[in-house]
Amino acid sequence: MNIVVLVKQVPDSGAERTLSPSDNTVERGPGNVINEMDEYAIEEALKIKEAHGGEVTVLTVGPAGATDSIRKALSMGPDKAVHVQDDALHGSCAVATSKVLAAALRTLNADLIISGAESTDGRVQVVPHMLAELLGVAALTGARKLTVDGSQLTVERQTDEGYEVVTAATPAVVSVWDTINEPRYPSFKGIMAAKKKPVQALTLGDLGISGDEVGFAGATSQVLEFTKRPARTGGAKVVDEGNGGEQLVAYLATEKFV
Amino acid sequence: MAEVLVVVENGVKKVTLEMLTIARGLGSVSAVVFGEADTAKLGEFGAEKIYVASGEDVDGYLVAPKATVVAELVKQVQPAAVLLASTQEGKEIAGRLAIKLDNGLLTDAVEVAADGTATQVVFAGSTIVKSKVTKGIPIVTVRPNSVTPAPSAATPAVEQLTVAVTDADKLTKVVERVAEQKGSRPELTEAGIVVSGGRGVGNADNFKLVEELADLLGGAVGASRAAVDSGYYPHQFQVGQTGKTVSPQLYVALGISGAIQHRAGMQTSKTIVAVNKDAEAPIFELADYGVVGDLFKVVPQAADEIRKRK
Repeated sequence: MNIVVLVKQVPDSGAERTLSPSDNTVERGPGNVINEMDEYAIEEALKIKEAHGGEVTVLTVGPAGATDSIRKALSMGPDKAVHVQDDALHGSCAVATSKVLAAALRTLNADLIISGAESTDGRVQVVPHMLAELLGVAALTGARKLTVDGSQLTVERQTDEGYEVVTAATPAVVSVWDTINEPRYPSFKGIMAAKKKPVQALTLGDLGISGDEVGFAGATSQVLEFTKRPARTGGAKVVDEGNGGEQLVAYLATEKFV
Repeated sequence: MAEVLVVVENGVKKVTLEMLTIARGLGSVSAVVFGEADTAKLGEFGAEKIYVASGEDVDGYLVAPKATVVAELVKQVQPAAVLLASTQEGKEIAGRLAIKLDNGLLTDAVEVAADGTATQVVFAGSTIVKSKVTKGIPIVTVRPNSVTPAPSAATPAVEQLTVAVTDADKLTKVVERVAEQKGSRPELTEAGIVVSGGRGVGNADNFKLVEELADLLGGAVGASRAAVDSGYYPHQFQVGQTGKTVSPQLYVALGISGAIQHRAGMQTSKTIVAVNKDAEAPIFELADYGVVGDLFKVVPQAADEIRKRK
């Protein structure tokens, strides 16, 4: 099975993140990482390859610095990567980004496209269904379990109420939550091998997309302004000396919760 | 006045009433309902019109048919805006809609101004953003617990839509829907009160304590990632960066240290209280009221005290 995993580089969600004051885009400092949910997507792709054979390709749209995350992704075990990189992409909205991803995916002929269910920076969750719409393939999103039987895919899709069992035939887009597996750590051998794995660079021109369809020029939405929310400050803190529960309820009562 | 479409994916929820309330500031409110329409409730909150799409072609397949129905309706009625819930499915419909209509979209709005400008809270609640759709009409998903639903009685006209979906909409079949939610507690993202347990709860059995307090307060139960990863509580109740984002009136954190992973999902709560035996736990930096102590002593005592006061 020919599998493509979508990998996005994001700012570390464990560190302080901000938008750029100059153009309101996500500020990319030195501490960028693979979007956490994408590591689960890579793991799932590798498990399918191990069980059914095939090839795993990492696809990233992002600036030059995203190469670090691509090598990290490859060190887990995928065979190769495609990096769509073009200065004109800066400021792209989700609609434009999905068009670029779709154009790159058309060149890769994937049976199965796997992504994380959301990125930790935007948390928008829309790209997998946008790709399905653009490519005319099935979407099985929000997976906590994926079963492959020949060309038939079955997914347990997490919902607020529980889960849904959904099925489709390949080609398809599957997005995964962190409940689906436990991503492997890259081995030393994997890290060394990743340095030699092919990373194909593609520009917008290679994909037949003009610069004014993407970036700020082609954006379908715009961030007008942003402000920092004042940090919360701690209030009263009492040490339980036998009546902590009563004190807690007394506080809740003054706030009218009890 | 142009219509504003409010998409009701899965029954009338609190976020539906919030969307109806917001929509009234944008135009004449029309609800788009999949399945059974709760005409009385939708009318009570100002729906002038209700479009109903139902049948196997809508229910039997994942997301895509709903997007097709809404897209056809947008072409037909030329609404001023489309509002959807910021649920997984609401966002997915919005995404497909944006592609079908070559239109911008904004997700997770907590406010939508009359000119369509949306306010979003991003980066773990640290940053407030104002954004606008610059191509097409505003397609905006609204986060639960953003506004207080306000009734405004209307008598809606109900129109049954003819559903004409394509083969491409039927690629992903829904075979089964399984409910796992326990009891009759409010839904986590919509609850006014959330009581969450963390690693300090110790095991799955002890979560009964968290549930008991939640039930006494009429709240939902949440869990930190540490508690979920340890198998204490199911994943759909996880609050945090890789779980649900909640913004209740009251958030009670029991045995939760307050790692950034967790704070990302709850720090826009109006009031936060915490019980933790570690006086240095970061959760106390954001708690309006904190009790440093053993939750196995503090929580049962608090539960007894609430019962006494009832």
